Amino acid sequence: MKKICISVGVLLSLFRAGYGQSTTQPAYEKRKLKVEEINLVSSYYQQDGNNSAVTGGIGTEKLTDFAQSFDLVLKTTDQRNRQHTIAFDFNIDHYTSASSDNIDPLTVSSASRSDTHIYPSLSWSVHNDNNRTTKGLAFSYSTEYDYKSYGFNLNFAKASADNNREVSLKAGAFFDTWKAILPPELRPDGYGSGAHGDRDPIDYKPRNSYNLSVSLSQVINKRMQLLFTVEPSFQQGLLSTPFHRIYFQDGGETVEKLPGTRLKLPVSFRLHYFMGDRVVVRTFYRYYIDDWGMQAHTANLEVPVKLTSFISVSPFYRFSHQTAVRYFAPYEQHKQTEKYYTSDYDISGFNSQFVGIGFRTAPPGGLFGIGHWQSVELRFGHYTRTTGMVANSVTLLAKIK
Amino acid sequence: MCISLLSLTGCTTVKEYQKSRINDAEMELSARKSEKFEQNFYLYREGAAGANGGKSGGGCGCN
Repeated sequence: MKKICISVGVLLSLFRAGYGQSTTQPAYEKRKLKVEEINLVSSYYQQDGNNSAVTGGIGTEKLTDFAQSFDLVLKTTDQRNRQHTIAFDFNIDHYTSASSDNIDPLTVSSASRSDTHIYPSLSWSVHNDNNRTTKGLAFSYSTEYDYKSYGFNLNFAKASADNNREVSLKAGAFFDTWKAILPPELRPDGYGSGAHGDRDPIDYKPRNSYNLSVSLSQVINKRMQLLFTVEPSFQQGLLSTPFHRIYFQDGGETVEKLPGTRLKLPVSFRLHYFMGDRVVVRTFYRYYIDDWGMQAHTANLEVPVKLTSFISVSPFYRFSHQTAVRYFAPYEQHKQTEKYYTSDYDISGFNSQFVGIGFRTAPPGGLFGIGHWQSVELRFGHYTRTTGMVANSVTLLAKIK
Repeated sequence: MCISLLSLTGCTTVKEYQKSRINDAEMELSARKSEKFEQNFYLYREGAAGANGGKSGGGCGCN
């Protein structure tokens, strides 16, 4: 927590300095790019459980993750009065994982005991008030020790004449590559460990994902609006995790094996209602089905209460139920005759609950009297799964405008 | 239940000057910025994904 506060404080100070310079710009430069918003998010997450897929469905799931995000939004207006928005998002996670350390328990420090995940993205969109359309594209990149990804997205939205309805379409593709790190006892002769300094060769496997999203938003009345979204996605390539172990009923051992394609279909409904003068009710429901046999229902309720004009409290509760994929079985329950097998409890059947509270303050004159520091939000959550896994998260968001 | 509620309520044309509550930051029809990393851990810890403003597959070594 102390680390989060210090890092956010340092970043805020840096950007405050940047703002100090921009306020001296002459007025005739109004068509130049202007900083619309900066969001700084810091998060700490820790979990523990006893069903790690690395050790075949048993063993520690202990993990900690410290994440930072920097999100910069720039805006300008061109000569045809179209609004251009450029958003740059830089994220970095550092995690330590006891289960990943068990990929290769004989080494002092195995390949994925701790890792840093970096994932920036850059997007550009143009909004035209005359025909009420927004067009955009985005590029994203992600890298961690054994995984790399390049993502591309296109989006288009059109609003109704009264701006009370909007239809939006998004299409995306991710081109990912796995570095196939195998448990040491299952490596063929001459196959590398994937560790730094090991020159033995190791396989690289592709995983491609294609997403399409169609959304309809509608203002119902002065206090209520909704969003309906359908987002089918198709994945192909290596969809299993190469270092997840499987232990068969007869004592044999291998690595997880899953089909090379997966079709997912989530459908969601979001309804927000402003009740009275101080309370907002935010509801979300999603139904999910895929061709691996999983179905899921997820419901989320959050009720921000405005205690004063600049302080709000937001208790929230999320419930999720999912059925297991048809290839799942616990430790030593799979048979060698099966075509596919996994002991990954993340795709097993379970219920999960996430409960917590957020605090947000946005003083009219800015935080600590500094006008650009618009708001700060602190959010705590406690997550439980019926598999026995428990997690906690704390997030700090600072918004600068 | 929501659809029944909406059919009872119906949609009315709301003018821009009547949108003070609709335009409130808490009413934004998307996940909060502060939920960003929560959405990430759902991707890893649960099998269902997508249609919530986050990723629906790809881009990470997750489910």
